[in-house]
Amino acid sequence: MGRAISITPRLLIFQRFRRGALREQALWAYIFLSGSLLGLLVFWVFPIVAAFGLSFVKWSLLSPPKWAGISNFRRLLNDPYFWNALKNTFYYVAGVMPGIAISLFLAVLLNQGLKFTTFYRTIYYLPTITMWVAIALVWKWLYSPQYGLVNWVLSLFGIHGPAWLSDPKWAMPAQIFVSWWKGAGYNMVIFLAGLQGIPQIYYEAAAIDGANWWQRFRHITLPLLTPTIYFVVVMTFIGSFGVFAQIYIMTEGGPGQATTTIMYYLYNNAFKYFDIGYADVLAIAFFVIVFIFTIIQAKLQERWVHYT
Amino acid sequence: MYANALASWRGHPFVRRFSRTLGEVMAYVILAVGAIVMVLPFVWMISTSLKEAGEVFSYPPRLIPSHLAFHNYVDAWRAAPFGRYFFNSLFVATSVTLGQLISCSLAAYAFARMNFPGKALLFTAFLSTLMIPRQITLIPSFLVLRELHWLDTYYALIVPFIASAFGTFMLRQTFMSIPRELEDAAKLDGCSRLGFLWRVMLPLSRPTLASLALFTFMGNWNSYLWPLIMTNSQKMRTLQIGLRFLVCQEGGTNWGMLMAATVVVSIPILIFYLFVQKQFVESLTFTGIGG
Repeated sequence: MGRAISITPRLLIFQRFRRGALREQALWAYIFLSGSLLGLLVFWVFPIVAAFGLSFVKWSLLSPPKWAGISNFRRLLNDPYFWNALKNTFYYVAGVMPGIAISLFLAVLLNQGLKFTTFYRTIYYLPTITMWVAIALVWKWLYSPQYGLVNWVLSLFGIHGPAWLSDPKWAMPAQIFVSWWKGAGYNMVIFLAGLQGIPQIYYEAAAIDGANWWQRFRHITLPLLTPTIYFVVVMTFIGSFGVFAQIYIMTEGGPGQATTTIMYYLYNNAFKYFDIGYADVLAIAFFVIVFIFTIIQAKLQERWVHYT
Repeated sequence: MYANALASWRGHPFVRRFSRTLGEVMAYVILAVGAIVMVLPFVWMISTSLKEAGEVFSYPPRLIPSHLAFHNYVDAWRAAPFGRYFFNSLFVATSVTLGQLISCSLAAYAFARMNFPGKALLFTAFLSTLMIPRQITLIPSFLVLRELHWLDTYYALIVPFIASAFGTFMLRQTFMSIPRELEDAAKLDGCSRLGFLWRVMLPLSRPTLASLALFTFMGNWNSYLWPLIMTNSQKMRTLQIGLRFLVCQEGGTNWGMLMAATVVVSIPILIFYLFVQKQFVESLTFTGIGG
């Protein structure tokens, strides 16, 4: 036995050993990956593939699915409720975006080295931590037309506030404001991190050149912060396009259809009317729109985002 | 000439100090007003939760109740099984977090430190799931869980979230920054792969693990749509869904009791946050940026 090995060339032993070790390593790697792989396969990959298949069937879950061809897609194009939901969703997204400016403004203020900075950060972050149901319920109460705090505060300034959540004109702005309120702290902290990454030396140089605060903000802070702004814009877009919980709790898509967004309409079709095929087409429409806008933003980004 | 005069006036040390102080005062005022706007809804929530039914609808509204109606809390606690809801939320969020930490560390270790056929392809596949919004998988996942007869069980709330491409990616980045020499040394000492992962890699990656854990826990604790769809019996409801159903069953008029329930539901996490707020803010934001 010992003799047999001693006459085998050393290199060969080494290679055989190496190959065995590699195979053993690969085996272990697959074992380590197996859990994640199985999970992603069953709850990500398969559902994505299935989503495209389901869009071609008519299915109420009670009877077996029926082949429907492209009728679900045709229905989507002619469905006024879908177009209305899409319009509402864009209205909401467009309304939420300016909230980013508030976060940026707060972050710049907090970055001046003032006192109590941590205290303010803690306070502004409170709504981010709190769950949506709680926030939506509190705001529903705040928005109450007769007894709500919002209209009482407005009345101090002589303004007669509307019935926010039951007025088709005001329901969506009211929803948008709550989103500002909840999201301000989150984006602010991301901006703070970005601001702290800007080298102090630029500001010192600008101070020597006699630049005032606006010039410093406009020509140093803003350009150097563009990667962070881009990140926040994309995340806010994707997040707010899928708005659901606050709509579901505060207005249930109403009054009428005034706050019905894509996700809310999808939810109703799937889990209220059990129209699985059509709801699935809505999910695909959702995905396609988010995808297209993310690509557009990635393209536009080349023009305004400065990477140092 | 005017410009010159103005410039010299502006440059005067007194004026400069004054305008700086003025700017600071304005900043403080703005921040304070903002803080009031942020806190007032919470204060109002607590205030309403302590008011008698009659006082809730008093006008003009009073911030401090004339007498503290603690019975709202008792009523809320009796109106719905909040103990059970708490347990469900806590159990689900903890299980998902632990499961994700385990599955992600194992997968991340394989991607960071091992060689195997198909590695590049699998890693790309992992990453590409990050590009897909969860919403599109909602209906098919519902159908999968239905086929498995897992609807309205803990499995439906936990198992789909155990695997996470995002967590795997984050941990892989951290693992790759740990020097390879450590592994060679550990191997010479006869340390197995799992032993090395457990005794060396994970302790060295503690900050990332803590961030990931907090991020996952909070994400799950606050998730709404998934438990709404996947459960339908009262005993399976999480806090969010339970509170929402309490509103339905109440018809939304008993604001004192509803606000008491809201306080009960949101306070634990807020207290948790106030204690470890630095960690909270860092992990929630930096995990966000990491993605």
